[in-house]
Amino acid sequence: MIPGVDGFMYPNEVELQWSVLIVLYPFVTGLVAGAFILASLERVFKVEAVRPTYRLALLTALSFLLVAPLPLQLHLGHPERSFEMYTTPHRSSAMAMFGFIYLWYLTVVLLLEIWLEYRSDIVRLAQSSKGFPRLVYQALTLGSMNVSPAARAIDDKVGYAVTVIGIPSAFLLHGYVGFIFGSIKANPWWSTPLMPIVFLFSAMVSGIAAVLLLYMASMKLKKWPIDMRCVDTIAKYLFYAFVIAFSLEMLDLIHRTYESDESFRSLDFMVHTRLWYSHVVLQIGVGTLIPLALLAANQLWKFSEAKRRVMYVTACSLTMIGIFAMRWNVVIGGQLFSKSFLGYTTYKVELVTREGLLAAIALMLLPFVIFFVLVKILPPWQETEAHKA
Amino acid sequence: MFTFRAVGVRVGKFFRDSGHLIRPAIVLLAGLGLFMVIRGAVVPKGFGQYGHYRPGALAAIRQHPVVYAGQATCVLCHEEEGKVRATGKHAHVACETCHGPLAKHADDPAANVPTLPAVATLCARCHEKDTAKPKTFPQVVTAEHSGGMACNDCHKPHNPHL
Repeated sequence: MIPGVDGFMYPNEVELQWSVLIVLYPFVTGLVAGAFILASLERVFKVEAVRPTYRLALLTALSFLLVAPLPLQLHLGHPERSFEMYTTPHRSSAMAMFGFIYLWYLTVVLLLEIWLEYRSDIVRLAQSSKGFPRLVYQALTLGSMNVSPAARAIDDKVGYAVTVIGIPSAFLLHGYVGFIFGSIKANPWWSTPLMPIVFLFSAMVSGIAAVLLLYMASMKLKKWPIDMRCVDTIAKYLFYAFVIAFSLEMLDLIHRTYESDESFRSLDFMVHTRLWYSHVVLQIGVGTLIPLALLAANQLWKFSEAKRRVMYVTACSLTMIGIFAMRWNVVIGGQLFSKSFLGYTTYKVELVTREGLLAAIALMLLPFVIFFVLVKILPPWQETEAHKA
Repeated sequence: MFTFRAVGVRVGKFFRDSGHLIRPAIVLLAGLGLFMVIRGAVVPKGFGQYGHYRPGALAAIRQHPVVYAGQATCVLCHEEEGKVRATGKHAHVACETCHGPLAKHADDPAANVPTLPAVATLCARCHEKDTAKPKTFPQVVTAEHSGGMACNDCHKPHNPHL
């Protein structure tokens, strides 16, 4: 008997090839797409109430986007070879195409939108700062100091256009991550055309929750009052996105259960045994139903500010856990059963290895370090301060 | 009132106020240009000529020294072993599967005398019990099966039937 294996496993299935790092990849990418969609609410859909989080959402998206490919790089034995997918891409490689979508999103959408949004601040800081920061800001101006009202009006129009292009690009970015899994026909746990759209809506949920948490934490740290109108509005959109995301997941579940194809008994057994805690308890119970109930309660009844804050922080934190559990259940769950449907293996997270828990924790902390640096270079608070004043 | 001068002024003003937008475009194009230069430098010459690989790989692989002689060569000298094997269950297992690559031995038998494979690990490589193997395939838990005896004490490897 092979330790950790129950029943019949093909030899290549005994050991899981895609570790916790591959769980981080869709989780982190999802936060990028979700944060950007929240930013677009203000920019394109003119939801003025969420204005205080606009810049914060853009910086959050950039911080996580810069980290998104790192778990994949760390997973590879020869990470330097991964750049060959840019130099000699193969059209049949889903991952190679993702590389280009990633670059498009990073350069044409996110960096450009941030530059246009921050241009007047960059020019002001390039003129007022001294020493090394001055050089950095001067470089960031790209040599143009023109921030006349007419120039800013053009920036605004172009920024709007970039965001309009950015919404389908963000959909593409994370929908594509779902596609990478959904298109694997050999794996019935993944292979469903619903996968891209399930990933997309769960991404919106996690991204919105992350920005809401970051905004509340930032205000707390700065000892500034939280704009409750903004937070209430974000919570409302989070609720809407969550209802759609949960409905899609349930649709997938009901469809699979009713269809009951040859894989169903095996997958059903897995959900009731090895994935019971992470899928049913964490993902559906703690990570979905409780936050949904908290958010729904806020739509139905009026609570005091203090209570709302606690409810939102609880709901968003549980949401993040739930979405992480969802990514875990997809990536790890899809590798726990045998394609013979007669056996199951186990995944034990290592601690201090290249793909271990410590590496995963470090990778999860890295976006926050980048976020901290970005906030120092490009302070997003100016609007909030103006709003407060 | 429409005048060419008024249009000219407006166009001039538009380009003055939108001139900064050309800068990120230049940065992007410069990045693209840099990528093309790097791509030109790192992509092997003729890549994609026969398929999605480097055509030079074919010549490089051809230059690898041949290490397997092939069983047609083996039985030229080891005719008796070849005949015994052909009558048993190992008829379709090539000589060098167990004996290892022996092209050098075939080239100069006296100078390159091969060592016999270690049966303790060799046989178990295929015949150790594993639930993933078909039931009809002969397999044993070696620790329980032989009581420490070597496999070839009972089974003759060229025709393993007892």
